[in-house]
Amino acid sequence: MARAQIRTAGFDGFLVTFGDALSEPANRAALAFRAAVEDAGWPEVEETSTSLVSAYLRFDPFQTAHAELQGRLDALLDSRDWRAAPLPANRRLWRVPTCFNGDHAPQLDQAAHAAGLSRDDAVASLSAARVRVNTIGFAPGMPYLGELPEAWDIPRLKQLSANVPAGARCVAIGGAEAEAIA
Amino acid sequence: MSRAIIVHRASPGVSVQDMGRPGNLTFGLSRGGAADRIALREGAALLGQDAGLAAIEMPAAGGIFEFTAQTRIALTGARMRASLEGTRLAWGASHLVPMGAALTIGPAETGFYGYLSVGGGVDTPEVLGARGTHFAAGLGGALMAGDRLPLGEDPGTRTNMCLAPEQRFGGGTLRFVASAQTALFGAEELARFEATVFHRDIRANRMGSRFVPDGDGFGAASGLSIVSEVIVPGDIQVTGDGTPFVLLAECGTTGGYPRIGSVLPCDLATVAQAPAGATLRFKFVTLDEAMEIETRHARTLDARLAAPVPLVRDPRSMRDLLGYEFISGVTDGRTFPDGG
Repeated sequence: MARAQIRTAGFDGFLVTFGDALSEPANRAALAFRAAVEDAGWPEVEETSTSLVSAYLRFDPFQTAHAELQGRLDALLDSRDWRAAPLPANRRLWRVPTCFNGDHAPQLDQAAHAAGLSRDDAVASLSAARVRVNTIGFAPGMPYLGELPEAWDIPRLKQLSANVPAGARCVAIGGAEAEAIA
Repeated sequence: MSRAIIVHRASPGVSVQDMGRPGNLTFGLSRGGAADRIALREGAALLGQDAGLAAIEMPAAGGIFEFTAQTRIALTGARMRASLEGTRLAWGASHLVPMGAALTIGPAETGFYGYLSVGGGVDTPEVLGARGTHFAAGLGGALMAGDRLPLGEDPGTRTNMCLAPEQRFGGGTLRFVASAQTALFGAEELARFEATVFHRDIRANRMGSRFVPDGDGFGAASGLSIVSEVIVPGDIQVTGDGTPFVLLAECGTTGGYPRIGSVLPCDLATVAQAPAGATLRFKFVTLDEAMEIETRHARTLDARLAAPVPLVRDPRSMRDLLGYEFISGVTDGRTFPDGG
């Protein structure tokens, strides 16, 4: 994706997307762009957030037309090279003790198989990767961590998992993983 | 002592709800709040109070409630069989409930979510700036027999008012706009989506409703391999088996299934209120059309809420007739209460 893409998200939102798949520059761009929208203090903007590769904003379309806000987002996009943005300050390294045995890892074999790894290699790979919180979402406080080695780029499950316990470590799409710690 | 509601029985999923907690998406917390916000506004209009006050949301059926003091109530949303000490109460109306009387709210007769609003609002402690239960986030929980909910001060006195009913309880046509992934589905799939009749599945909750198509499911070109993205209430998320879910107030904040579009905010109450089996269709509209539809809806709703009318009751069926004060004061004709 050469330039970022601006799309509507729902009737009253915009999504500014910096990549088709998770990457370090796209995630940094999303974080920096959201911070810039917050700093701009536009009165019709009611809320902002980020996903892995996008900045999102919700606004009041009765106050400002979609086209006008999109124009402002366009101008902000062109004002700098967002993919070159530095990481936010004040980051910390956490070590999260994780159990991969028995009932604690009901889908580990399935995931390892999809990644073409043995169970032991899968555990070693997941434990060696140093990841960063790319975004928080889906459920309250749930961090999406990335990136994992390429082997973990495995397809999504066809059905929703009805219940994932707090503390579970899950592998999501594009080598990002999600940590259910809510 | 402050007034309270005593819950003697509550159907599964009955909870305190308000307008939710906007502003927490960045922490992964969706706004939540009432599944049918229009019903909450109707309750507030009937009681002449702020629509931000908390009420009781009742999915599919209500329960038995008692009040520790005389209390004004309003019954809105999905019409449920309600009675006060055996006398049937009109739905979509406000009533005065005497202290200690048993208010029984049975199953929904149309729609899905009924609402019990009270004068002064339910005054449980705020968590993160609101009182609404957010089941997915573990904020609050379902009401249980024995619960006692404090009520706020009620300066109002008006009761026995009703509002013109609105048709949003039996499915219908949902207008939707393009969303981030609409283009992935292609024009042909989008046209087939619009031409398809859907039935609301039994799988539905405050997070979203599943709609089963008459015919084949739907799919996006890139299928299950798109990166997780922001999701918002109204989004029509198509899961791996091709069945759409329309997301509601308590949906997650990000999701990885492709979305074919996003239902307009003004049609979300229709999504929430569609009972299992209800027939629905989807109609694509442009952003400009959406703006017109939303503007018209807001204007019509404001006008309707501004004009509650007295509930016409037949005195012969009023078991509580003698409970009314027919003379509100006496003077000797020379002095007046204000000293004039």
